[in-house]
Amino acid sequence: MLRPALAAAVLAAAFPAYADADLDALRAELKEMKASYEARIQALEARLQKAEDQAADAAAQSETAAQPTPASLASSSFNPDISLILQGRYANLDDIEHRHISGFVPAGHDHGAERGFSLDHTELVMSASIDPYFHGYFNLALLDDEVEIEEAWFQTSSLGNGLSAKAGRFLSGIGYQNEHHPHAWDFADNNLMYRALFGEAYGNDGVQLKWVAPTELFMELGAEAGRGANFPGTDRNANGVGSYALFGHLGGDVGASHSWRTGVSYLHAKASDRDGELEDINDVEAETLFSGTSKAWMADIVWKWAPNGNAREQNFTFAAEYFHRTEEGSLLCEDNTAAGGACTDREDAYRSRQSGFYAQGVYQFMPRWRTGYRYDWLDSGSVDLGANGAFLPVTDFNPTRHSLMLDFSPSEFSRLRLQYSKDKSMENLSENQWFLQYIHSLGAHGAHKF
Amino acid sequence: MKRLLLSLFLWLPIYAHAALNVFACEPEWGALAREIGGNAVKVYTATTALQDPHRIEARPSLIAQMRRADLVVCSGADLEAGWLPVLLREAGNARVQPGLPGLFEATRFVALLEKPASLDRSQGDLHAAGNPHIHTDPRNLARVGAALAARMAELDPSSAAVYQARWKDFSTRWDAAIARWQVRAAPLRGLPVAVQHKSFSYLLAWLGMKEVVTLEPKPGVEPSVSHLARVAAQLQATPARAVLRAGYQSPRPANWLAERTGIPALALPYTVGGNDRAQDLFGLFDDTLDQLLKLAP
Repeated sequence: MLRPALAAAVLAAAFPAYADADLDALRAELKEMKASYEARIQALEARLQKAEDQAADAAAQSETAAQPTPASLASSSFNPDISLILQGRYANLDDIEHRHISGFVPAGHDHGAERGFSLDHTELVMSASIDPYFHGYFNLALLDDEVEIEEAWFQTSSLGNGLSAKAGRFLSGIGYQNEHHPHAWDFADNNLMYRALFGEAYGNDGVQLKWVAPTELFMELGAEAGRGANFPGTDRNANGVGSYALFGHLGGDVGASHSWRTGVSYLHAKASDRDGELEDINDVEAETLFSGTSKAWMADIVWKWAPNGNAREQNFTFAAEYFHRTEEGSLLCEDNTAAGGACTDREDAYRSRQSGFYAQGVYQFMPRWRTGYRYDWLDSGSVDLGANGAFLPVTDFNPTRHSLMLDFSPSEFSRLRLQYSKDKSMENLSENQWFLQYIHSLGAHGAHKF
Repeated sequence: MKRLLLSLFLWLPIYAHAALNVFACEPEWGALAREIGGNAVKVYTATTALQDPHRIEARPSLIAQMRRADLVVCSGADLEAGWLPVLLREAGNARVQPGLPGLFEATRFVALLEKPASLDRSQGDLHAAGNPHIHTDPRNLARVGAALAARMAELDPSSAAVYQARWKDFSTRWDAAIARWQVRAAPLRGLPVAVQHKSFSYLLAWLGMKEVVTLEPKPGVEPSVSHLARVAAQLQATPARAVLRAGYQSPRPANWLAERTGIPALALPYTVGGNDRAQDLFGLFDDTLDQLLKLAP
């Protein structure tokens, strides 16, 4: 067995030339083998690639076979989308006992302004498709000792022809900011116009019908009717409709970089013994009860800019709203003579015509950083108190406020904000306000409207 | 002669009935619908190649277009989660609601890469279903196109023959182009690159290229300078031939890195309309490959 190898070794030692030739042959053989293996490996690789492609195709096909119609684009599970909004702030404010807007009756639903550290609303939001015909939405605002259902409604998704109906408790479609929850506001506090009109925003228990026109220009008409329990109306023990609202919107694009929306709205509400607190001519707190109708017209415009429509780097938003409100009816100033007040439980005609606006611009100058300026202006207008004019002062003061904010959003789900306001909403007072605010959203946070 | 007959055939439906209104969320799907539908469809493309499809405002003009759509073609897999649900709710269009044939979700028809193992927002803006940027692999466009042609025929039976004929014509040309691109792209196999966002995972997988690092620390999170410095250090150890970004992404991070490391920054068209040459689907991949091949040794 060993002999030939041994012989070869001996021969190789004896005849190097012969060995060289043998080695060359071996090398050639090796080279050939290598080449053939490479070719086979390449062939195998090609087959593997082909098999992978087929597997991917098969996977895709099995997926399509398993799901012949696409499931919801918005969410992939049957559970409702749940999100929680955490909001809190530090406020540096003057010590003012009764915050109000001079010349305006206080609107309900004002959580006031706490000094120092405090928690804002904590919002719990759930939404989902109910079935192929309806979509449901629920928004709960949590505060100390108070839980408030801000919205709980269902909306049709199958009427078609641009129609959709909504029913339940919802934020009215009037104005621009009204449908935005506080976490989506561009400033740490509400603008004066909405504070004077509604306290926070106008919500109603009722029904809404909306229609979008089949045109290239965005055209939307809406009508609402409901209980009308919230300011400027009051809750009432009655059948029928307590308030109704009408609104129309137009919108479109100008080139790729600009888009806009404008609208007109009307709100009609009935009030019966609507409670208000005013200082009388003796500077004593007097309770007033208003009964009558409140009609408000609103106009709004929003203009957004982003270079080539790409808002990621830079963008600018301008928004302005104007209102004119007329309230007609009777006012009762409850007797407060015991406390040194002037009122004597007298009821007489009341008529007020008031207006105001806000305008704001918010500029994202680099990713994650935005700055904004807002100007508020209200006109206390004409207030005719009838015989009660003898007890209650009437002012021609025009409340104003300047606000400047800077916010930083590490991601779409978190935001920190610093705001300074020069507040002259109360006669004879000029207040410097500072706010430091955080807004965080946990979970499946839904998309925001324009 | 054949072509003449075909084109005559394609002109007919205009007089026969109104065109199928297609609302395409992204330019690639708009282009695909146009290839299949020709004159039988009217395509509105909601976004451009210069816009980030993750972050689109639910603008009034988009609601107005959604209102008129017979078919909505989107990527899905949560890519449009920030704006599409608003459009669907506000437009009052019953034909295109989730679960109906009027809503076509492209990611349903291909196997998705990069499905996250766990879902937590601390990991950035994750897509639970996987990476939605499927169109950067032309084979995916073929898969989606076949399904789309069938869907269009289902919704508009009177033009079904047109859709099938045009799709057959397109897919023949497309398959030939894929074969051509694959031959051309052979030198790119194994080439290491860095990417700004995971926009090109399917492209790189198709060409066998290697993604060595992502500039974004987490998906959708803007890279900070300190993070970029770490990336630069990492690239010293595992060098890359280029930093790839899509046209809509900020040039700053890639340029910053290019200055520090000398690795060239490359703005790929990413989708149709991404640059002058990428005016249709063929141009998109011709230009992408031309740019990438400049990196090949």
